[in-house]
Amino acid sequence: MNSSSSSSDPKARTRLKGVQKIRTMIEGFDDISHGGLPVGRSTLVSGTSGTGKTLLAVQFLYHGITYFDEPGIFVTFEESPEDIVTNAYSFGWDLKSLIKSGKLFILDACPDPEGQEVVGSFDLSALIERIQYAIRKYSAKRISIDSVTAVFQQYDAAEVVRREIFRLVARLKQVGVTTLMTTERVDEYGPVARFGVEEFVSDNVVIVRNALEGERRRRTVEILKLRGTTHMKGEYPFTITDSGVSIFPLGAMRLTQRSSNVRVSSGVKTLDEMCGGGFFRDSIILATGATGTGKTLLVSNFLANACENDERAILFAYEESRSQLARNASSWGIDFEALEREGLLKIICAYPESAGLEDHLQIIKSKIAEFRPSRIAIDSLSALDRGVSNNAFRQFVIGVTGFAKQEEITGFFTNTTEQFMGSHSITDSHISTITDTILMLQYVEVRGEMSRAINVFKMRGSWHDKAIREYIINEDGPQIQESFRNLEGIISGSARRIPSNERNQLSRIVNAVRSDDD
Amino acid sequence: MSASKPTYILKLYINGNTSSSKKALMTLKTILEESFNGIYALKVIDVKESPQLAEEDKIMATPTLSKVLPPPVRKIIGDLSDREKVLIGLDLLYDEISEGMHDQGTQ
Repeated sequence: MNSSSSSSDPKARTRLKGVQKIRTMIEGFDDISHGGLPVGRSTLVSGTSGTGKTLLAVQFLYHGITYFDEPGIFVTFEESPEDIVTNAYSFGWDLKSLIKSGKLFILDACPDPEGQEVVGSFDLSALIERIQYAIRKYSAKRISIDSVTAVFQQYDAAEVVRREIFRLVARLKQVGVTTLMTTERVDEYGPVARFGVEEFVSDNVVIVRNALEGERRRRTVEILKLRGTTHMKGEYPFTITDSGVSIFPLGAMRLTQRSSNVRVSSGVKTLDEMCGGGFFRDSIILATGATGTGKTLLVSNFLANACENDERAILFAYEESRSQLARNASSWGIDFEALEREGLLKIICAYPESAGLEDHLQIIKSKIAEFRPSRIAIDSLSALDRGVSNNAFRQFVIGVTGFAKQEEITGFFTNTTEQFMGSHSITDSHISTITDTILMLQYVEVRGEMSRAINVFKMRGSWHDKAIREYIINEDGPQIQESFRNLEGIISGSARRIPSNERNQLSRIVNAVRSDDD
Repeated sequence: MSASKPTYILKLYINGNTSSSKKALMTLKTILEESFNGIYALKVIDVKESPQLAEEDKIMATPTLSKVLPPPVRKIIGDLSDREKVLIGLDLLYDEISEGMHDQGTQ
């Protein structure tokens, strides 16, 4: 059946003859490369020093062995085989046992410590023959070469080395192994590689960067080209964790998340009513407002409600410490510590500056994977925005929301606005379009007093209360009152009484029409 | 006299019949015949035929001349076109001179 159906579709058949790809199983890489590295070809991974090239090269082989049982050869020109084995232990990879079982071979091509004299012309046939011999001996499918630049540094004769690397690449192609070659480059945004290596291994080029952005290091990976096949374009952030390289293929996340009609309670009865019965289960809620408007209070109620329903929840706090949070919650009648002891709640406090955004994202992801909560809260998202470029921050938010939706987790995020009073542009923070529900909290001046106001600014896919309501905080938590009737201009921060006189109102309308006519 | 004669073990890694490999082998043989009066064992290894030997000695380039004995181990890469450099590399030039001086002294 299958064969007849495929032969009836000539397009599918020709596609099968095109470039095949080998999955790397490196988180995110197969997404941005649309399936992995091209089979039987060489891919150049270029980056400045310290960008994680060697790690990528080791991980490519390690995953090949552990996921697909495909033996691999690691050709090292720089680090000694012992160092490579030792460094891999920090990722929990036991290369030694793989070497023992004949799945991995580290071909030592480091410079001879005794040195060598060069007298007359030479070639690197011995190296090429050794690599080919190792491929045959171990029936290797994957080869990593780290790094080609070091070969140039071992020999002065750049012309000869260039010719020999070209010959090596041709030989590897002939043998049919999939190769990952690393090269060093000088500038983050300059020529692809030193010594013009890309000119002869130019089929596939991947660039890894470790750029300094506002005093913080940010790692990105970019696929420059994969000849004869498609890939995603542009730079994607990645991080190095204790399980290796993780790339965040933000654009690759398909908008195919199932959407649920199930509602969850916010923990505040009136707020549920304002939202038409609660938040949607897989939605992202953003509470935005100035400091002290009661965002953390809403977060606490949202999380406590999960625990009441025997569901787990995680709070990622970037502004307050654990004891501060617990003390504040207890003043509203919520006992965080008891909930944590019951194993229903997990509070993770961290300074935003303690790690890069990609690392925070990775921490959030791994904590979610570990604890499997049904709700998460981030208090506050804007704390993570400090000293980061808009684009990086937006990528982070997309990463978190995408992951939460995929796992069908309700996410409650807070955003601290800079202005105390009046309207603030929530579209400024680049995150309003990513969230499904926006709650606006603000201060209003009414008759010489500061009042708090709450409004469901937007709620996707549901009716919601449009009223701006007064919001009081007392020892029982948040109390949402009736709307500010007879007042207008609340959004601007200074409310005005609406004149009750009907004649006044009518004359205003007439005046407005007149002025339009003018 | 024969007791003090140096004993050399040499390995020459070549790549089939390439011109540089042939040239290296010829040059080395000439040097050994003309400038060396000790005992030597020369092993010529073709990396195409026995890559495992190249692997064992971690050889990268061809031709490579490796002096295994007497220590220290030394490697010379290339077609050995510069005779003097080869002699220095093999520690032969020093022997040649000292032997010559020794001969002078006895006369």
